[in-house]
Amino acid sequence: MSGLARLRGDFPILSREMSGRPLVYLDSAATTQKPVQVLEAMDVFYRQHNANVHRGAYALAEEATSLYEAARAKVAAFIHAASPREVVFTRGTTSAINTVAYGWGLNRLLPGDRILLTTMEHHANVVPWQLIARHTGAELVYLPMDADFQLDTAALAGVLDERVKVVGITGMSNVLGTIPPVAEVTAAARRVGAITVVDAAQLVPHLPTDVGALGADFLAFSAHKMLGPTGIGALWGRPDRLESMEPAEGGGEMIRDVDFHASTWADVPQKFEAGTPPIAEAIGFGAAVDYLSAVGMEAVRSHEADLAAYALARLAEVPGLTVYGPADVGQRGGVISFTLADIHPHDLATILDQQGVAIRAGHHCARPLHRVLDVPATARASFYVYNTHDDADALIAALGEARRLFGVP
Amino acid sequence: MSLDDLYREVILDHYRNPRRRGSLEHPDAHAEGQNPLCGDEISLDVALDGDRVADVRILGRGCSISQASASMMAEAVAGKTLAEIADLTHRFKAMMEIEEGDPGIDETRPGAALGDLEALRGVRRFPVRIKCADLPWATLAEALGGRLPT
Repeated sequence: MSGLARLRGDFPILSREMSGRPLVYLDSAATTQKPVQVLEAMDVFYRQHNANVHRGAYALAEEATSLYEAARAKVAAFIHAASPREVVFTRGTTSAINTVAYGWGLNRLLPGDRILLTTMEHHANVVPWQLIARHTGAELVYLPMDADFQLDTAALAGVLDERVKVVGITGMSNVLGTIPPVAEVTAAARRVGAITVVDAAQLVPHLPTDVGALGADFLAFSAHKMLGPTGIGALWGRPDRLESMEPAEGGGEMIRDVDFHASTWADVPQKFEAGTPPIAEAIGFGAAVDYLSAVGMEAVRSHEADLAAYALARLAEVPGLTVYGPADVGQRGGVISFTLADIHPHDLATILDQQGVAIRAGHHCARPLHRVLDVPATARASFYVYNTHDDADALIAALGEARRLFGVP
Repeated sequence: MSLDDLYREVILDHYRNPRRRGSLEHPDAHAEGQNPLCGDEISLDVALDGDRVADVRILGRGCSISQASASMMAEAVAGKTLAEIADLTHRFKAMMEIEEGDPGIDETRPGAALGDLEALRGVRRFPVRIKCADLPWATLAEALGGRLPT
């Protein structure tokens, strides 16, 4: 077992009890818990540095602006962006993808153009494109997955041609845990002149990320899935794409000049940050990035691969249990979705909750994928830096109780 | 409140062997209900004979609570008058604390007994699951629409 258990003390909530049992938090794919370092960074901002950014002529406003921009620089460095100017703060992954859909897609797509998505996308990388398709007359096409729950890249040739203008792909499935070969897909997309939008909500928190190596045009992720606060995320964009993209939202902060009938935009990235941003949240995001950087993303990855391997081996011992996702830990992260005999996932979640084990049940905002899997819902346990083998053992024990209650042999 | 009180044997029996399962070729009333949070689904057909529910058939899939509640409800309302069904609905919702009211069973009133539905009483202690138990009742109310006396 890797040595990240020492981090648990940084997460106050992990010492809570639920239903009289120690909390076993296995829903980090939905949102992660926050270390004191993040909570303190936000608290210190409000207590000592609070002012609006990019506006005030006074020293306090200057402090707030510096902290806000320093957070942007941290986030940029974390994903190996060439410059902080390539990072736009958004409300989260969903908002980042919508920024591209409305800023780029709405203005450029034409009837007959195609948007290629994968069948394993989260609704956040499906529904914005459905809206844009409705506005523009473009159509959606899908790249399927293979029998091992991996993206079927052999099928790329059949669906990726010059008609495709946008490719949307997840960096890691929030249901299957699958890590698709993103760089292979972005390279293929480039050859036909399509832009690529990577839903990196589950990628950036869990794997070392280098936007240059991924070869994408846009990358979207959320702070709250990587130890940071809710309400903030980031859109990384290739500089030329950001320059040529229209803002999806207008308002204060994003303008250079405003006249009665027309306006000009501020420079990138402010052009895409209309209104007062979530400043404390940005600073918390920066603190989360500092925390993960100190742990080291290689260490995060190997810790989760170890947990996934251990949990999968233990789950394989449970009679009647089916895992939906790659068996090969090299192809997956620490998100494990499963069903158990005829026990509905919501019943499982209730039963596990009574034993202090928090898992997710449902379609995890991926209804199309569940249609492919041909199950109405799955139960999902997802692991992160603060989880241990003990947590996986608690999951297995709780599943035993579910089997007893339902009389599953 | 233990899980054994929630997952009573009678609930699991209705979950695994749903009563009055199916659909009607020419229903007098029909409605479909979904619980988007859970993905529970109910499709409900009703045959009326005057002010009486002559037959009710349900198809659906979802958690044990929603599907058992549907099966128990189908058994409880078949053959009842609309007035009796309205009364039963109020009693069920009062038992689940969805509505104010007296969930007490007055056995002297025809159709007042909740019967197997009593087993769902434990769901009250699991607030996120109350919607599951209520789904078939909400779907039935939608199917019968204005026919149900208030």
